[in-house]
Amino acid sequence: MNAQTQFSGGFRNAPVDASHAFRAAMTVMARPGEIRDLTGAEPPAPLSIAAGTLLLTLCDPETRVHLAGEADTEAVRKWLTFQTGAPIVAAAEADFAVGRWDDLMPLNTYRIGTSEYPDRSATLIVECDALEQQGAVLSGPGIKEVAHLSLPDIAVLTGNAALYPLGCDFFFTSGTQVAALPRSTQIRAEG
Amino acid sequence: MSEYNFAYLDEQTKRMIRRAILKGLAVPGYQVPFASREMPMPYGWGTGGVQVSAATLTPEDTFKVIDQGADDTTNAVSIRKFFENTAGVETTEETEKATVIQTRHRIPEAKLREDQIIVYQVPIPEPLRFLEPRETETRKMHSLEEYGLMHVKLYEDISQHGAISTAYAYPVKVSDRYVMDPSPIPKFDNPKLEMDAIQLFGAGREQRIYAVPPHTKVVSLDFEDYPFEATKANHPCDLCGAEDSYLDEVIMDDAGNRMFVCSDTDYCRSRREAGHVGRLAEEDAA
Repeated sequence: MNAQTQFSGGFRNAPVDASHAFRAAMTVMARPGEIRDLTGAEPPAPLSIAAGTLLLTLCDPETRVHLAGEADTEAVRKWLTFQTGAPIVAAAEADFAVGRWDDLMPLNTYRIGTSEYPDRSATLIVECDALEQQGAVLSGPGIKEVAHLSLPDIAVLTGNAALYPLGCDFFFTSGTQVAALPRSTQIRAEG
Repeated sequence: MSEYNFAYLDEQTKRMIRRAILKGLAVPGYQVPFASREMPMPYGWGTGGVQVSAATLTPEDTFKVIDQGADDTTNAVSIRKFFENTAGVETTEETEKATVIQTRHRIPEAKLREDQIIVYQVPIPEPLRFLEPRETETRKMHSLEEYGLMHVKLYEDISQHGAISTAYAYPVKVSDRYVMDPSPIPKFDNPKLEMDAIQLFGAGREQRIYAVPPHTKVVSLDFEDYPFEATKANHPCDLCGAEDSYLDEVIMDDAGNRMFVCSDTDYCRSRREAGHVGRLAEEDAA
């Protein structure tokens, strides 16, 4: 396998790859609990393919990105800078943050928007070991009755949902898979 | 294909629109500001819808455009051609076959599916705009969930006309939080806003994008003693005989003769092909 450099691992056909990736991202954000394949980019370790593809689809010089914990390597910084031109910033200023759940926390570091502009909030891309349609019980917009999704920390995410219409939005990535949890979703522990 | 980038817009513009769509889906009914671009058509011809469609389409999509329910009007034909040329996507007039539907002022009669996306062209996205012209004030009203003014407006309808006379762009409350303009669809279509498909709204001149995810609670504003009513002309379609579809009234001569036809041309065509016949259909054939 070729050595990973910042020049490799981008979209092969940017408009088409990005359109497929966005459709998957939009579908999971519109339907919390759904899991979709998300491929196109080959980011340097430890980023998953899904997380790297999301970054290439959504980030550019206009979006500030925070790399949390082990995602913050020299190789990832170089790759992200070359591929997207996104400035890399501290958590409190980020539009997008990527990393493992424990590295991303505490959640109250991130922007949650203002009551007049709730869209000005961070989107967290949470790297997970696996995504499963079991665990927390989700309901709300985008969900017919209830949906199930493995979530890293139900208490913290319930607190985020309580801020509605403010709050952060989440993508969960694992390998080539993606799921999402917008702030509008109500969460219960399985019971 | 053509020398255009896929779906006309450059990638950075599409990313900006895509980010706005995602935030719109996360806060249903909230109008997300976006940096609307000039498109090769005038404002008011669906530039917002076109930009949202451009950011949403993939090469495998089948695209349908309707204007007041019709596939064959100028606006619909030119937008369909625009994406045939710039995105190379398949287009169709059949609601059933479409994966992305861009619409001006109607929701198709056929029930939309989970795998479909409907994109609305929106002229004035702010439901409170005609009641309060200042953006700073309407923004504050949304943030405080202060929608009393809208109920006063509906009440004034009742006091002047004896009923809520608002017939299109009838305000709705989305997911118990934001009051939203469903674009100038007839209020007959309001109950369909709770659907299985993803709904995206684009207002180009006003630079706003908003969204309603599938299965989201959408309530038309009303009063206990004057409940919301989805009205239509009390008449069957004169071509296909449908009694459940929204009708256009067509004046036929100087004597005041008129006919009613389905505004959804695809619905009407598919019913006539299935053998349904309306009052004037046979005369047409003769």
